[in-house]
Amino acid sequence: MKILVPVKRVVDYNVKVRVKSDQTGIELAGVKMAMNPFDEIAVEEAVRLKEKGVATEIVAVSVGITACQETIRTALAMGADRGILVETDVATEPLAVAKILKALADKEQPGLFILGKQAIDDDMNATGQMLAALLGWPQGTFASKIDIADGTATVTREVDGGLETIAISMPAVVTADLRLNEPRYASLPNIMKARKKPIDVVKPADLGVDVTPRLKILKVVEPPKRQAGKKVASVAELVDKLRNEAKVI
Amino acid sequence: MSVLVLLDHEAGKIKQPSRSAVAAATKIGGDVHVLIAGADAGAAEAAAKLPGVAKVLTADNEAYAHALAEPLAALLVALAPGYTHLLSASTATGKNIMPRVAALLDVQPLSDIAEVIDAETFVRPIYAGNGMATVKSADAKKVITVRAASFDPVPAEGGSAPIEAAATADIPTNSRFISAELSKSERPELTAARVVVSGGRGMQSGANFHLLDPIADMLGAAVGASRAAVDAGFVPNDYQVGQTGKIVAPDLYVAVGISGAIQHLAGMKDSKVIVAINKDADAPIFQIADYGLVGDYKVLVPELMAELERNKPV
Repeated sequence: MKILVPVKRVVDYNVKVRVKSDQTGIELAGVKMAMNPFDEIAVEEAVRLKEKGVATEIVAVSVGITACQETIRTALAMGADRGILVETDVATEPLAVAKILKALADKEQPGLFILGKQAIDDDMNATGQMLAALLGWPQGTFASKIDIADGTATVTREVDGGLETIAISMPAVVTADLRLNEPRYASLPNIMKARKKPIDVVKPADLGVDVTPRLKILKVVEPPKRQAGKKVASVAELVDKLRNEAKVI
Repeated sequence: MSVLVLLDHEAGKIKQPSRSAVAAATKIGGDVHVLIAGADAGAAEAAAKLPGVAKVLTADNEAYAHALAEPLAALLVALAPGYTHLLSASTATGKNIMPRVAALLDVQPLSDIAEVIDAETFVRPIYAGNGMATVKSADAKKVITVRAASFDPVPAEGGSAPIEAAATADIPTNSRFISAELSKSERPELTAARVVVSGGRGMQSGANFHLLDPIADMLGAAVGASRAAVDAGFVPNDYQVGQTGKIVAPDLYVAVGISGAIQHLAGMKDSKVIVAINKDADAPIFQIADYGLVGDYKVLVPELMAELERNKPV
């Protein structure tokens, strides 16, 4: 079985981002970029499925500018076999990315997609669900455990009240939540090996996909700032403040 | 204009985040209809009482009982021609289903909106809430999930809408519910609680989390956690408050042993009053806390408990 794993290049999760002064978006110039953390979990899961003999080939896909090749290389160093960059300067929305991935699925015929549940830049939490819809495949979102056997994926999902387990028929789309696994660090030899692995580059138009955004960003502003309060010296003072000043207890 | 809101419900009750989604729907304007999928007559009656609701649609099929995405998305798509906006709360259920609906309608969804500007324009957080983006949708239909913490829920009583059976839809059979392991708790749900007491990595172990139980019980609080505490295996993921967990805005948020990573702040910084207890006086959590207490929680939490007991209003 072939697994396709989409990986997104995003601002590194440790970076404190700033809104641009002209309110057109977030300042990305000179900011450290990295693979979306949930996508790392997705790659790790695919690699483990290959190590278990469930998967035979892992293809890492990224949609975006040329520099997304670095993100694909990270996936290749973790154990993906080859990469596809769908190159575009457009800041693509989940709908466009899902259409691109659908077009790639028609060509590549994977048995499974594993995606991160959410990208930490636009926080949409949508691409996996949308891809599943376009393919007409079932979805196992927010997965904390995946078992694959006899054409069925048994997926344990993180839901609001706890955990839920569902069975979905293959082929399917799974999105990774935090506790699915702990991604490995790529070893130096594997980073070297990854340099020799192939990355195909195509354009959205080659796949017949229109990536024009549907949402127009009118402005991006900073959230209202919270004032730092005061330190209290004792528990008694805290309780007094909560009761008599804030009046919340 | 007409809005359909998919409601989360359980055993005859409408979940509070869904009442916030109804509040957002009434801000969009037009007729607000709500959908109760899965046989739950009590929930349909409860939905009929929500102020602002013009009609309750019910889909009494067992196939909808566990809110699987495939059948529910098919149902919403079948009902979509009658509506300009399809909404749900940003719950695990809403987040699972609505993007699937959007793709089937060839629409880019609007995830987790925090404000309604007009019927086409919404504010939503990006980058863990470090930016608030005002976006205008060019799609003919809007598919939206609503950040419940940003909208005061409509009251549970006051309306009297008619209840009707919804048109039926095909039911895909490519997914099946097996089981659920839900955390059993007498406490309020995190997203609905008036008070939240959360622990972080500083709690050092899952066992230590139980030190928060008595104080949570006393305050009628839900217990939450930072991602670091979930990562460390102290508590299950459904405790997680933050960018990729639950978003809460209680009257009082007590952060114990939480340093205050931006990913955590994203989930709680709209709380009315924030209290931080941390032994590191320089922890970033103190920069947003209304009241900070520096010290070892193992000493301070029992002390706080005793003080609350002693100083209980009569």
